[in-house]
Amino acid sequence: MTSSYSVEVADLTRRFGQFTAVDSISFQVCDGEIFGFLGANGAGKTTTIKMLCGLLLPTSGRGSVEGFDITSQSDEIKRHIGYMSQKFSLYDDLTVHENLEFYGGIYGLSGNAFRRALEKAAVFTGLKTHYERMTRDIPLGWKQRLALTSSLLHQPKVLFLDEPTGGVDPISRREFWKLIYELAETGTTVFVTTHYMDEAEYCNRLSIMHEGKIVAVGSPQELKKRFGKRTIEDVFVDLIREKIREQA
Amino acid sequence: MKPRLFVILQKEFVHILRDPRSLVIVFIWPILMIFMYGYAITFDIKEIRLGLLDQDGSPASRAFVRDLTSSGYFQISRELSDRNGIDHGMLERAFIAALIIPEDFGRRLKTESMIPIQLLVDGSNANTATVAINYLRSFCAQRTLDLNAETRRMPVSVEPRVWYNPDLKSSHFIVPGLVAVVMMMICALLTSVTLVKERETGTLEQILVSPIRPFEMVAGKLAPYILLALVDSAVVIVFSMLVFHVPFRGSAPFLLLASLAYVYCALSIGVFISSRARTQQVAMMAAMITTFLPSFLLSGFIFPIASLPVVLQAVTYLVPARYFLIIIRHVMLKGVGLASLIAPLLFLVAFGTVVMASSVRRFKINLED
Repeated sequence: MTSSYSVEVADLTRRFGQFTAVDSISFQVCDGEIFGFLGANGAGKTTTIKMLCGLLLPTSGRGSVEGFDITSQSDEIKRHIGYMSQKFSLYDDLTVHENLEFYGGIYGLSGNAFRRALEKAAVFTGLKTHYERMTRDIPLGWKQRLALTSSLLHQPKVLFLDEPTGGVDPISRREFWKLIYELAETGTTVFVTTHYMDEAEYCNRLSIMHEGKIVAVGSPQELKKRFGKRTIEDVFVDLIREKIREQA
Repeated sequence: MKPRLFVILQKEFVHILRDPRSLVIVFIWPILMIFMYGYAITFDIKEIRLGLLDQDGSPASRAFVRDLTSSGYFQISRELSDRNGIDHGMLERAFIAALIIPEDFGRRLKTESMIPIQLLVDGSNANTATVAINYLRSFCAQRTLDLNAETRRMPVSVEPRVWYNPDLKSSHFIVPGLVAVVMMMICALLTSVTLVKERETGTLEQILVSPIRPFEMVAGKLAPYILLALVDSAVVIVFSMLVFHVPFRGSAPFLLLASLAYVYCALSIGVFISSRARTQQVAMMAAMITTFLPSFLLSGFIFPIASLPVVLQAVTYLVPARYFLIIIRHVMLKGVGLASLIAPLLFLVAFGTVVMASSVRRFKINLED
């Protein structure tokens, strides 16, 4: 599948036994776009991200990231993407700098190449002052920045963020989103899942998921206009209520 | 560019060195065990406490008791005046066996061919009880010979000479077993825990979205433990040679080869457990039950396999430590080489390959959910 989109998905489905986690979804994400996935827990957001990152194979349907097919070319995809999960997957018993060195290392960055990459990523996230601290001792907001820096070292074209602000205080969250905007301005595509309504407003475009299906896609402004609501929260609540009524 | 396998390996070493628990398991525990088994625990029992009821009190009975205690295996901890004292003494653990010499012992000794003396033994410790009985039997046999050197002969007698471990030192026999347990601990227990930890904390996922290959990941995680297990075994062996004079008669390179086969088995179990366990606690428990305990109890390390119940004897055929113990004891104590140890060596390789193959497949599938 050749594609001019950064991420393109058609009829993507993933089943676990009887349970359909992702049900025939289709969407496109442009270069440099901040694309949000909004949905309740269990709506299928994480499953979708895992399929796009090559951690999970789709049951059926197609998808591509940076023009590479997600079922057959996941090795190429992995070179071009960054991934940050809600767990902030870091090693508590390593220092901040050691964590960075490790994550740089598994992307083949060492020596001068690593130092240059780190300089660039860390200036951006402001992590430098914490290098020698043990990761278990730094505040959650800094762990989040460390996780972000780790996933940016190899300068990915697409950054997947799976609920990147879970448990982080509101100020750190706002700071974090400032970084995401700056990143998108440099041409990086950002694919982010969230269940925070205020975060949904920050996205360029948004897709609302419910029980494995995409129930609406559009920019926050479009969605609010289409459903005649003042906030995304109202749009979301209305949409989900309607879906639940339909089922009943 | 640094190879990615090396990046993983380097990180693993940092984890090990910063985790006091693993350091204790790796370095302190084996040395502690050597000392425990070398000094504290011996399987020969000396100075068995004896209650004595000498109903005879003749010079002959006194001489008998004197000779019995001078052997060093028995000591008289209480002299009893009647049978009622026996029960009481055993209950308060004043002695574990009571010797009763009958009234006319001295007189009958001159005339009769057989004089029974009674030994009452506390069976609550079956091991000690058996040893006490056997000691007394052999003492009496010897005594009979001495008393009747001219008149009576003993047509058959055993002249034992023990080879390879002439003094039957338990350290000679324990240390090789300890090496087997230590290697199993490090390679199965620590590796399964460290692999499961990566999944539990989500770092495995983070690594798998990178271009790294699963082989680089697993090999990088395991390599430090292979090195650690071999170094640790060498420490245990050298230490026991220096302190307890355990001999090393065979070929070190051959033992290294056999150790690698055994380590391979242990790693395969570690990977197998980590492919199924969800949490570190589960992995730890599973590793204890499937590796540590069998290596300890069902390998012939301390308890002879032949004395186990038949069902358990059958189980021991599936315990890698059993085979490695045969190899290492033969190499260290007897100086035997590959030619006579090919069977246990082949078993280790086969065991490792079967378990590793099934768990690697399972590991891949597991990354998916």
